[in-house]
Amino acid sequence: MPPPTCRIGSPLAPPANRRHNKGVSQTIEAPVEVRAPEGDEQHAHDRPWVVIVWNDPINLMSYVALVLRKLFGYSKEEATRLMLQVHNEGKAVVASGEREKAEFDVARLHAHGLWATLRQD
Amino acid sequence: MAGNRIERDRRGGYRLRLPPEERALLASLPASLREVLQTDDPGLRRLFPPAYADDAAADDEYRRLMREELLEGKLAALRVVEESAYAEHLTEEDLEGWLGALESLRLYLGTQLDVSEATYAEEFAPDDPSAPALALYGYLSWLQEEAVAALSASLP
Repeated sequence: MPPPTCRIGSPLAPPANRRHNKGVSQTIEAPVEVRAPEGDEQHAHDRPWVVIVWNDPINLMSYVALVLRKLFGYSKEEATRLMLQVHNEGKAVVASGEREKAEFDVARLHAHGLWATLRQD
Repeated sequence: MAGNRIERDRRGGYRLRLPPEERALLASLPASLREVLQTDDPGLRRLFPPAYADDAAADDEYRRLMREELLEGKLAALRVVEESAYAEHLTEEDLEGWLGALESLRLYLGTQLDVSEATYAEEFAPDDPSAPALALYGYLSWLQEEAVAALSASLP
């Protein structure tokens, strides 16, 4: 199985800042252009961070479902659905939100031995 | 290997029905893993996976903040198994420790053995040099299933 970096790396958003600035500079005068990066930063800040659990050959399917129920309060059905998504598709988003919360969730998943990462959506 | 090694009892805890040889084995395993945990053995990579797959600086920072806490949690779970390997009854907290210790042991062993998803069910040749480790991995997997089943039944 390839390391998760191969798959996680590609779907990252293109450099939105540059595209946006280009549009702005064509139509609006300079002072606004100076403010534009702030707006982009705000936009980047608003995009949620997602917590991804990756499939791995060691963790038991029943164990993954149990951990998802325990840590996130998912129903048995929802935890099983997410676990099967991890198993069949290689990964699943199990939580999202602000970066600090997402990192905390990843740490809790790591404490339980799951292969979890976070990235901005 | 008949089932129901770990059963919920009427006192809100769990009954541990293990034969003495399994208890002796389980009592001995935490010390070996604890020793490995003090090293930078590459077999530990699954116990401390990256949080940021595509941002090395953020991942370094995450490790700086979290590694010690994660290590402490894993060591605490190993201590629980060591201390209760011969117990007849486990509290829910004890069994959570067992679950965590079995998880760490399987992650390390499974990484060393480079297991695939088929390994758990697969037959292996007795003369395979990895046969004892594979047998241990299979046993720990089976026992973890038991712990998962017992704890899942208690969830709302």
